[in-house]
Amino acid sequence: MSAPAIGSHDPASEEGLIRRFLNATELDTRMLGMVGALLVIWAGFDIYSGILRPGDGLFGGSFLTPRNLWILMVQTSSIAVMATGMVLIIVMRQIDLSVGSMLSFIAVSVGYLQVYGLGPALGVGHPAIWIIAVLFALVMGALVGCLNGVLIAYLRIPSFIVTLGGLIAYSGLAWWVIRGETVAPMDQTYKLIGGNGPLASIGPFWSWILAFLACGGIVAAIITGRQQRRRFKFPLRPIWAETVIGVVGSLVALGATWLVNSYPWAPKVIEKYALEHNIPIPDGALDASGDAICREGDKIVRCVNGLSFETGYAIPVLIAISVGFLMTFLAMRTRFGRYVYATGGNPEAAELAGVNTKRLTVMIFTLMGVLVAVSALISTARLDSATNSLGQFNELYVIAAAVIGGTSLAGGIGTIYGALLGALLMQSLQSGMTLLNFESAYKDMVVGAVLVTAVWLDQVYRARMK
Amino acid sequence: MSDNTGSSGPTPLVEMRDMSIAFGGVKAVNHASIDLFQGEVVGLLGHNGAGKSTLIKILSGAYKRDAGDILINGEPVKIDNPRDAKALGIETIYQTLALADNVDAAANLYLGRELRTRWGTLDDIAMESQCRQVMGRLNPNFRRFKEPVKSLSGGQRQSVAIARAIHFNARILIMDEPTAALGPQETAQVGELIKQLKAEGIGIFLISHDIHDVFDLADRVTVMKNGRVVGTAHVRDVTKDEVLGMIILGKCPPGAIPGPGAIKDIPAAAQAAVMGHA
Ligand SMILES: Nc1ncnc2c1ncn2[C@@H]1O[C@H](COP(=O)(O)OP(=O)(O)O)[C@@H](O)[C@H]1O
Ligand SMILES: [Mg+2]
Repeated sequence: MSAPAIGSHDPASEEGLIRRFLNATELDTRMLGMVGALLVIWAGFDIYSGILRPGDGLFGGSFLTPRNLWILMVQTSSIAVMATGMVLIIVMRQIDLSVGSMLSFIAVSVGYLQVYGLGPALGVGHPAIWIIAVLFALVMGALVGCLNGVLIAYLRIPSFIVTLGGLIAYSGLAWWVIRGETVAPMDQTYKLIGGNGPLASIGPFWSWILAFLACGGIVAAIITGRQQRRRFKFPLRPIWAETVIGVVGSLVALGATWLVNSYPWAPKVIEKYALEHNIPIPDGALDASGDAICREGDKIVRCVNGLSFETGYAIPVLIAISVGFLMTFLAMRTRFGRYVYATGGNPEAAELAGVNTKRLTVMIFTLMGVLVAVSALISTARLDSATNSLGQFNELYVIAAAVIGGTSLAGGIGTIYGALLGALLMQSLQSGMTLLNFESAYKDMVVGAVLVTAVWLDQVYRARMK
Repeated sequence: MSDNTGSSGPTPLVEMRDMSIAFGGVKAVNHASIDLFQGEVVGLLGHNGAGKSTLIKILSGAYKRDAGDILINGEPVKIDNPRDAKALGIETIYQTLALADNVDAAANLYLGRELRTRWGTLDDIAMESQCRQVMGRLNPNFRRFKEPVKSLSGGQRQSVAIARAIHFNARILIMDEPTAALGPQETAQVGELIKQLKAEGIGIFLISHDIHDVFDLADRVTVMKNGRVVGTAHVRDVTKDEVLGMIILGKCPPGAIPGPGAIKDIPAAAQAAVMGHA
C-alpha cells in the first residue's frame, strides 16, 4: 500500500479497511491493478480522441463506444486464446516461440484445403466443409504441437531451441503450402467463427440468456463453495464479502452484455438482410443520427425508430471466453493442472512425487498446438482469407500477453485470467493508437515499453508482498 | 550379506546388495550393501559427500542403479522410478525436502496422489481437511494452509515433508537429515515420532551427520565413506568415539562388521588424534 502521508489523520484505519476488504474477498490484488490500468488506458484513449475529434464515447471520444469495444473484443480473441496455453507453457519453465509460424502454417493449410480441396470436391457451400476444416485444423495443431513436445521432452532439446527452429521452419512450410499466395474465400459457415458478417454474432436475446446464465453460475459457485467449506468446518468468508463478489461479478457480465447489445448492425447490412428475408421495413422520417432503417416514400433511409438489429456477442469472443473457462478449469481443478504448476515450481520435486514430467511436457505442447489451431480458425475466418504471414509476430504478442498478465518466466506462477487481461491490454494499446493515427513505429515502441514496464512493476509488487 | 541378527533370524525388510552408481567419473556409491528389519531404525552416517543420499535415492527410485539388487522381504524388486518405490510402501523425506514451493501444504502433501471428487476433479477441500489433521499432529501451531510453502519457515517446510512421508502408511521410511532445519524442541518431537513409528513396525533409515541423534534413536548404524560402507554395528556394541573413527578414518572397530570401505590398519598417531579430538 502507499506510504502514510505525514499529518493525515489515522491512515492506519483506512489502510486496515482496504486490507480487510481484500483479505475477506480473497481477491487477487494484482488482477485489480491490471483492471485499473486497463480502465485508465481506455479512459485516456477516449479523452484524447475526444480532444482531436469529438465522438459519442463515454468521455466524448471515440474509444469507449459499443462499436469500438465490440471490435476490440473480436480483435483480442485470437491472441487471447493462444495466451491461455502460453501461460501453462511458461509456468512449466518452457517457452513456445513457434506459435506465430504454426498459426500461419495451419491457416494456409486449412485455407488450401477449403479452396482447392473441399470446395471442388463437395461443391462450394457444402455444409460439411466447415466441420471438416475445423477438425483438420485441430488435429494438425495437435500433431505439430506434439512434435515440439516430443523433441523437448524425450530428446531433451531445450524448448527455446526447438521452438526457435519451429518459428523458422513452420514459416517456411507455410510459404511452401501456397507459394506465398493468398487463399480466399473461406466457406460461408466457416466465416462465422471469425465474427465475419452479421450472423456471426448471437444477437441480443441469446446474449442476455448467456448473461443470466453467467450470473446464475456466479451465485451457484459462491453457494457451493460455502457449503463445501461448511462441510469441512473451515472458516467461511463473511456474507458481505460474498455478496460484493457476487454483485460485482454479475454486474460485469450484465454490463458487457448491455455493451455488445448496444452495437447495431450497419444500415446497409440491415437493408440487405431485410430484403433477403422479406422482413417489412416500417415507414419513418430520415434522421442521420439513427442506427435503424425506415422506408421514406420509395427510398430506404436511416432513422431512429425503425428496423434495427443489435449484434450481441460475436462468436470468436464466445470461443475465447469458453477457452478461458476451460483452461482455468484445467489449470485449477484437474490433476493435469496441478502437475503443471508443481513441475514449474520444482521439477525435481514433481518427478520425485511420481509425476511423469516428460509426458506432461508433451501434453502441454500438444494443447498449445490445439489452441494455435483455434486461433488460426478465428484469424482466417475473420479475414476470409489465409496468407503465409498471418501469424507473423504473434508469438511475441502471445508471450507478452502472458507476461503482462503476471506469468513469471522463472516458472510456477501465472493465471489464465491474467493472460486474458494481458491480451486485452495489449490489443487496447494497439487499437487505441490506431484510432489516434499513431505511426506503426511509435505503436511498436509504446507496446515494447509497456511490456518492460509491466514486468518491472510486477517484480516491485512481488518484492513488496514478501 | 551380513546379517547381524544371525542366519536363523527373520528375513530383512529391505536388503540392498552391492549397490553401485557413478556420475560421470565419480563413484558416488561403490559396492555398498545395507539392510533394515521391521521395526528397526538404522542410522546411516558419514561425511558430506560420502554417498548416503545417493544410496537411499536408489531405494526411493530417484536414481537408477548401475549395479546391485534390492530385496524387499527377501523378494527381488524392480524400482525404476519413485512411483515403483511408493507402490512398495517406501516413503522418503529428502534432504532437499523436494517440495513444490509454489503450491500450498495440502497440494504438496498429496502431490502425485491427489484426492479427487466423483467427477475426477481435484478435491482440494478434502485434501486440505486431511492436511489440517496430519499437520495438527506434527506441528499444532501451523496455520498457513493457504500459502505456498515457499513462504513457510524452514521448520514448517520440514514438517510438511515429514507429513507427506508418514501420511500414506509407509512400511519403509527413509529420512535424509530430517531435522536439519529444526530447532531443539522440534528435533525432540521428530525423535518421539520416530519412536512411535518404530513401535508401529515401520523400518526406518535415518540419515544424519549428527552422531548423537543417531545414537539415541538407532538400533544399528552403518557408516559410509567415499561411496563405500566402512562397517555396520549395533549401537550397544560400539562407542561414539569408535563410530567417529569409522566416519573420519574409515577404521572399523571390533564390535562392527566391516564393509569394503574399511581400512585394514592405520597409523597409531592418527588414531590417537581422533580420539583426542572426540
Ligand atoms: N545427481 C548427481 N550428479 C553428479 N554427482 C552427484 C549427484 N548426486 C550426488 N553426486 C555426487 O555423489 C557423491 C555423494 O553425494 P551424496 O550422496 O549427496 O553424499 P551425502 O548424502 O553422503 O552427503 C558426491 O561426490 C556428490 O557430488
Ligand atoms: Mg546427503
